[in-house]
Amino acid sequence: MPSFVIDEKCDGCKGGDKTACMYICPNDLMVLEPNVMKAYNQEPDQCWECFSCVKICPTQAIEVRGYSDFVPLGSSVMPMLGTEDIMWTCKFRNGTIKRFKFPIRTTPEGQANAYVDLKGNDLESGLLSTEEADGYTLPKPQATV
Amino acid sequence: MALPNKPVGELKAVRDPEVEEREVDVLIVGGGMAASGAAFEAQKWMSDDQSVLLVDKAALERSGAVAQGLSAINTYIGDNSPEDYVRMVRNDLMGIVREDLIFDLGCHVDDSVHLFEEWGLPIWKKSEEGKTLDGKKGQKMGTLKAGATPVRTGKWQIMINGESYKRIVAEAAKLAIGEENVLERVFIVELLLDANKENQIAGAVGFSVRENKVYIIKCKTMLVACGGAVNIYQPRSVGEGKGRAWYPVWNSGSTYTLCMKVGAELSMMENRFTPARFKDGYGPVGAWFLLFKAKTLNGLGENFAASDAAKKELESYAPYGTAAITPTCLRNHLMLFEMKEGRGPIIMDTVSALAELGKTMDKKELKHLESEAWEDFLDMTCGQANLWCATNTEPEKKNSEVMPTEPYLLGSHSGCCGLWTSGPDYDWVPDAYKIKADNGKIYNRMTTVNGLFTAGDGVGCSGHKFSSGSHAEGRIAVKEMVRYAKDHADYSPAISQSADELVDIVYKPVRTYLEHCAYTTADDVNPNYIKPNGMMYRMMKAGHEYGAGTATFYQTTSKNLEIVMDLLATMREDNEKLAASDLHELMRSWEIQHRIWTLESHLRHIQYRKETRYPGFYYQADYPGTDDENWFCFVNSKFDPKEQKWDIFKKDYIKIIPDA
Repeated sequence: MPSFVIDEKCDGCKGGDKTACMYICPNDLMVLEPNVMKAYNQEPDQCWECFSCVKICPTQAIEVRGYSDFVPLGSSVMPMLGTEDIMWTCKFRNGTIKRFKFPIRTTPEGQANAYVDLKGNDLESGLLSTEEADGYTLPKPQATV
Repeated sequence: MALPNKPVGELKAVRDPEVEEREVDVLIVGGGMAASGAAFEAQKWMSDDQSVLLVDKAALERSGAVAQGLSAINTYIGDNSPEDYVRMVRNDLMGIVREDLIFDLGCHVDDSVHLFEEWGLPIWKKSEEGKTLDGKKGQKMGTLKAGATPVRTGKWQIMINGESYKRIVAEAAKLAIGEENVLERVFIVELLLDANKENQIAGAVGFSVRENKVYIIKCKTMLVACGGAVNIYQPRSVGEGKGRAWYPVWNSGSTYTLCMKVGAELSMMENRFTPARFKDGYGPVGAWFLLFKAKTLNGLGENFAASDAAKKELESYAPYGTAAITPTCLRNHLMLFEMKEGRGPIIMDTVSALAELGKTMDKKELKHLESEAWEDFLDMTCGQANLWCATNTEPEKKNSEVMPTEPYLLGSHSGCCGLWTSGPDYDWVPDAYKIKADNGKIYNRMTTVNGLFTAGDGVGCSGHKFSSGSHAEGRIAVKEMVRYAKDHADYSPAISQSADELVDIVYKPVRTYLEHCAYTTADDVNPNYIKPNGMMYRMMKAGHEYGAGTATFYQTTSKNLEIVMDLLATMREDNEKLAASDLHELMRSWEIQHRIWTLESHLRHIQYRKETRYPGFYYQADYPGTDDENWFCFVNSKFDPKEQKWDIFKKDYIKIIPDA
């Protein structure tokens, strides 16, 4: 299901510090054409349909069209990524529409506790830093062959 | 109009890139779950005078196998024991596994899961009435760490709302390691051994896929965790759909190739994974089997897996085939048997399963159930959801076909190929599983090259780590790396090649292109070079036809393997003539080289193991069935970088954990 960019909606992230789709694509597919300042998928047959570009695009300019070799035309699956939830609109070829909302995270974005001040004590032990801090005892096999 | 013998792409490659040289103590290559685990843990153990750098081919926020999200965490020990975890993995992988590594992982994996939940990953919980609570509702029951009950689908998996799983994990990783210590969009393509010290890692070389720049990075110790190998075989979909690989299409075997080329020992590279998934869309089937209790039927509508014939066939692979949970390869084996006997296709009976569940549910619960079925796809395989939409498939009304995919190589899912690494230095771990470094010490997860570590898909002989286990393993490895760097504080890495020589290696495809592109009128066809796209098809075709691809129902023979070895040798020669006109194509040029080396190691191992250990994943027709007497052992191989020669040999399996 290669992603495609809607010409009219793409502004090349002019106002941003980076081209969002180009920044995020795990397979380096999305590129910016600098003269017209619009992005495109440079290798659609290497698209994993991970929707990372669709989800991140600030102007909702990116959608996906099913792989031409096995997906009939006429359907669409579109996400709207929020800070706590993701909304999906799934349109069937026959016109049926299903909408789903799923939670994505329970904490505010950017505030994951990375334990930046935590320092481990015993480098020779088998314990990970947070295990050591918790006083975890490393199990041993109860019996061996 | 200009002739099309010009570079394509937006980021043109130049002959002479800029060079940036760096030196750190701890280098992390990769950006997926394992590398993110390492990034989280590294600074916790480093002293102020030690330095660290993470280098990722993509952007950490969405790189690796979890980029798209996941609908479950497949390894959470919880109330189970690490012993039972070992027994499960051992049975699924037909007996031959590293029980030290698996047990060790089982001791640490839950700590990573607890962190994920703290960071904000919604984990489903069971209410006191036994109902499912997802998202923030689940938090009312408290955390897993505080003893809340997760929603299990099977013994080891727990359900999550995992669309942003990787974003959350990457956020914590970046905060912990420090943004200034992360280099994104840099692809490491070769590792470098020390000029003076034998068998010692000294650094790596790679390039930016955003600007014409080569990076030469020296280090005392390195983690290579770049995932498994995808699209090394011709996939079932060969047009646009070949991007719809089951595992991430950007996993190019770099982990295995980078390490093997500096002489690190590989283990069980004959193992592969050909998961049975919803046909074409490759959506997950686990929730359908385990959560919705669906059954697969053959073309005649029979529940073939429960037949007397199937039971008899499984008995021939006792004790694995007769265990409570049938090994993944044998489940495929039964499915393939039906197809070959003319009783295909295989159908997942979603209609009956949902009807059955609906009997005990009210309308609201049914609606939620439907939503769960869709979330399973939308959280991790959006394309399968679209395929259902495009084919007007509502699972309560229409069944879907299931099909085993093309082969994948990996060490973290239901496969176990990878590097031979040291186990932990505990008294219960056999000496044969401990690798002594140059100073006589043991460093957990170190490969046979001093200072070189791996995790996740890279660690062989210990499958079923999945996302959580890979994260934990990255943490385990990096602590040992910090210890290694401290023990080798006086070591100063030295590289034998000059910067110019290294640039010549990395930018060779660009230089080849620029030298010859004007010779023909269109740049894709030129007798002086080959584009990576063409080489990719050549590799896929060879494996497909001779190396037990889908073309032959995963079957090969000794003679076929001889032929494919010749083809691979020629491919390796022709790799010298790869051509890249822009930075994206340069990335593809290196990826295809990594894939070809990985495929060769896979087939060398299949050639050496004279039995069929994993029926359903592959068949060596000259040696059908398992042969415990001669082959109940690991197969390891080593490429000697000096002699440029392969060695392949048996390594003893040692049973540690008794049967239940």
